[in-house]
Amino acid sequence: MAGANLTIALAGNPNSGKTSLFNALTGARQHVGNYPGVTVEKKWGAAKFQGGEVTVVDLPGTYSLTAYSPEELVARDYLVQEKPDVVVHVVDAANLERNLYLAVQFLELGVPLVIALNMMDVAEARGLRIDEQKLGQLLGAPMVPTVARTGKGVQELLATAARVAAGRQEWRPLELSYGHDVDHALTELTANLEAGGRDWQPLGPRWVGLKLLENDSEIKKQVSRDPVLAAETEPLRQRLWDHIKNTMDDDPEGIIADHRYGFISGLYRQAVTETRQQRLELSDRIDRVLTNRLLGPAFLLAILYGVYEFVFWASEAPVGWFEQFFGWLGGAAEAVIPEGLFQSLIVSGVIDGVGGVLGFAPLIAFMFFAIAIMEDTGYMARVAYILDRLLRHFGLHGNSVIAMIVSGGISGGCAVPGVMATRTLKDPKARLATILTVPLMNCGAKLPVYALLIGAFFASQQANMLFALTLISWGLALLAARVLRWTLLKGETAPFVMELPPYRLPTLKGLLIHTWERTWQYVKKAGTVILGVSVIMWALMTFPGLPQERAAQWESRISAAQSQEAKDGLQHQMAQDAVRYSAAGRMGHALTYVTAPLGFDWRTNVALVGGFAAKEVVVATMGTAYSLGEVDPEESQSLGERLAKDSAWNPLMAFALMIFVMVYAPCFVTVVMIRRETGGWPWALFAMGYTTVLAYVLALLVYQGGRLLGLG
Amino acid sequence: MKTTETLRMLKPGEQAVIAKVTAHGELGRRIRDMGLVPGTRVTIMGRAPLKDPVEIKLKGYNLTLRNNEADHILVQSGEE
Repeated sequence: MAGANLTIALAGNPNSGKTSLFNALTGARQHVGNYPGVTVEKKWGAAKFQGGEVTVVDLPGTYSLTAYSPEELVARDYLVQEKPDVVVHVVDAANLERNLYLAVQFLELGVPLVIALNMMDVAEARGLRIDEQKLGQLLGAPMVPTVARTGKGVQELLATAARVAAGRQEWRPLELSYGHDVDHALTELTANLEAGGRDWQPLGPRWVGLKLLENDSEIKKQVSRDPVLAAETEPLRQRLWDHIKNTMDDDPEGIIADHRYGFISGLYRQAVTETRQQRLELSDRIDRVLTNRLLGPAFLLAILYGVYEFVFWASEAPVGWFEQFFGWLGGAAEAVIPEGLFQSLIVSGVIDGVGGVLGFAPLIAFMFFAIAIMEDTGYMARVAYILDRLLRHFGLHGNSVIAMIVSGGISGGCAVPGVMATRTLKDPKARLATILTVPLMNCGAKLPVYALLIGAFFASQQANMLFALTLISWGLALLAARVLRWTLLKGETAPFVMELPPYRLPTLKGLLIHTWERTWQYVKKAGTVILGVSVIMWALMTFPGLPQERAAQWESRISAAQSQEAKDGLQHQMAQDAVRYSAAGRMGHALTYVTAPLGFDWRTNVALVGGFAAKEVVVATMGTAYSLGEVDPEESQSLGERLAKDSAWNPLMAFALMIFVMVYAPCFVTVVMIRRETGGWPWALFAMGYTTVLAYVLALLVYQGGRLLGLG
Repeated sequence: MKTTETLRMLKPGEQAVIAKVTAHGELGRRIRDMGLVPGTRVTIMGRAPLKDPVEIKLKGYNLTLRNNEADHILVQSGEE
């Protein structure tokens, strides 16, 4: 049967409708993973065809097949190593010339190729008449017109792909001419590469030679594994480079690209008729407004604010349901499991931990829904276009601003979706700088701490103080990015050169698949690690328990107490004693040697250690440590009053603490996401380390500096 | 009259034909991958609110690049 065990690789430019076609082919039967060693997404799925199933692998969207970007290398390596039966190249028919540039590179490689001439409806609306029969013949690859959004042509595409796959197995490279000089050098190189008896399958010696002339770093590396061969080929390569430099003031890489485009424009002239003059498209007219000097930034602010409001408004209810559900579950567990360590582990460790993870899930889902809308409509590219100049000062990219706002650029965000939102950034160094600095923004979990301390010490200046903290966090994040780009992440920025795709109406199916995929990844990957860490945090706050006689003393005092009020007071004092005695409490005590210059005592330290689990915990733990019982972060007046009356506290110290909480180690959910998005622990650990050191230095400056000025 | 200048010097609404790309390595490759090769006609669509980057139209699609990237693209403009 034709469709049996068939593997189709789906390739194409970004914005060519490749994702829509992948969705149309596979429906919801998709899998997402990562290519080993890089943070490039790997997607595959199954398509129904003639009663059987066909495997469809969605290669990353690329414009070319160079060794310059991880996406392009991944796509190339996949083709070479996995040898799919057929490559289906999705081409935007309305933007044919540039899209065919990649097709030519597939033909040079020689892979069995079928071209999906997608968005034919748009091309026709623009007055383009494409003779796909002729174009396919000239190019040497069959063409199938499709409209992925409606599913039109998808079955024909599969049938053609199956036919091509059945037709031949070996790769047949297209031999283009790249002009006299290059051709001559290429012939010599090919002879050299063949001489050793190596056939370079499946690449073919001519392709390897071509890549050598293009100065392709990966192929050069492969060839240099054979020192004899490298010694023969390198002078040839160098000679051509020198020659072209001297005669044309150019390089072979450029000449080769120019000839590819020359070949395409020849085909284009023969097979495509433009029935009317280029005119101002609807998309261009929308851009007149959305990227206008004055209106553009205004719309941008409004849209970003709207996204932010939408995400937190829409997720409020589901987050509440999750909280209620886990509260109910905790209560049920308390009722069923006998009181003791095991109950505490299940309720405080496992249920609270899992609840913490799932509590974020609606937030992440709505965040990605909003981002998907911005991406699928084409607005995301405009955000980068408008803001790039500003953010480049700090070594960031125009799109960094999305991640910063989501993380708490408008107070109340969350760094977890913020870190994930950096995926839209293509410049690897700017992306890393963004990931490492977004935890400095004022996320929603830091707000209760601010509310508590501002309420207690800056009651007359509440709004001003919160605004100042917002400005400080933006300033710190941008400065930190600048410093990182000057030091650890030094180096050239990747080229900005970016397509501004025409505005399009997104499809609900596309949006939902996008959202679900990323949300599920978060729940699955982060969930396991987070569960483990939350159990560890629970153990730190619980063990070692109070010695038996001390616990017995408290018990007897509690049972001897006359009123319920007195009983509660003693209960809280016992809890405080238990925390002081626990590993976390001991850490808090030990840390006072370090934190004394900041004015923090052991209670604050314990709260900060707990805050690593989630910043909300800071207020709750302080409540326990000040023997007030667990304090609800939303209603912390009692704790505030207690602190305001405490002679050890003063406004200066409160301010130092707020700065410390703003800057110090991101919560572990964020750390886990940083590990995931940067591909390893080193950057995640660095993010924890540098923020904590920075927090310490800043709090020290504030506290000691303030005291010198007589403020404390 | 034809004059040679860089893409950066063009004003919104102006058209020109690419004469030469002087960038090498990754940037040179990226510029060419996107179809900015000699002989291609480009139209300046506009500039971002902070005057940089620039938006152009070529081969029926829209592209944006930074001014310092546009410096590497020599164009011929004016009446032909």
